[in-house]
Amino acid sequence: MATTFTLISSVTVGGGGSAVIEFTSIPQTYTDLQILLSVRSSTAAGNSNCFIYLNGTFGTSYAQQRLSGDGSNVVSDSQTSYPWVDMINAIPNATYTANTFGSAQIYIPNYASSNNKSLSVDFVGENNSTTSYIYITAGLFQNSSGITSITIDGTDNFVQYSTAYLYGISNA
Amino acid sequence: MSETLTKIVVNCETGVQEIIPLTVEEIAQREADAAAYAAQKAIDDAAQAAAAEAKASGLAKLLALGLTEAEANALVK
Repeated sequence: MATTFTLISSVTVGGGGSAVIEFTSIPQTYTDLQILLSVRSSTAAGNSNCFIYLNGTFGTSYAQQRLSGDGSNVVSDSQTSYPWVDMINAIPNATYTANTFGSAQIYIPNYASSNNKSLSVDFVGENNSTTSYIYITAGLFQNSSGITSITIDGTDNFVQYSTAYLYGISNA
Repeated sequence: MSETLTKIVVNCETGVQEIIPLTVEEIAQREADAAAYAAQKAIDDAAQAAAAEAKASGLAKLLALGLTEAEANALVK
């Protein structure tokens, strides 16, 4: 059981928006990491996505299983040898109710270990409509290095007042 | 797109935050990633649609054989 929950760093996106939020030089002194996101995309039409990469690694190092719902359909799917862990179509944008943001929790246990890393992600969009997405994702990062950087990449820009909080959790 | 794409980089050791415009290479990589994702998603969507179609077709054939809907559904789950 976690005995401490420490804010490592936080970001609030400014007036110009930003496409990417990146935490670097993450200390290796905690047991687990947790990220809390509140984001909205500047995308004017269509859907907006959000991707997570670790240690700046793209390519084929990721796998994931997802369960998603959009208000009328429930879908589960999986990807292997995948370039990232993602939450697709989930980010509120200009087509959504004004001033709504999507919320995510990303949990990465044993992030400093030499084992492959698991990610547990849940994401909900907000929309005063019958269509809004939720995702539960189990991600795998096949890499033996401790996680020193986390990149959160969205479609177009994350708008002003989008936030990301990175917490370190220690079990001793 | 007219807006400037940037990234916010937070150094967790120093607490320093920088806002850096994405380079031409980063934007190109991002667009390539998005295109690759779209291509993969189209493949996944097509596979899901084909599986759903096959399931519906199988269900219809079972019903035509005289199974009840509950029996047919139990078989194609």
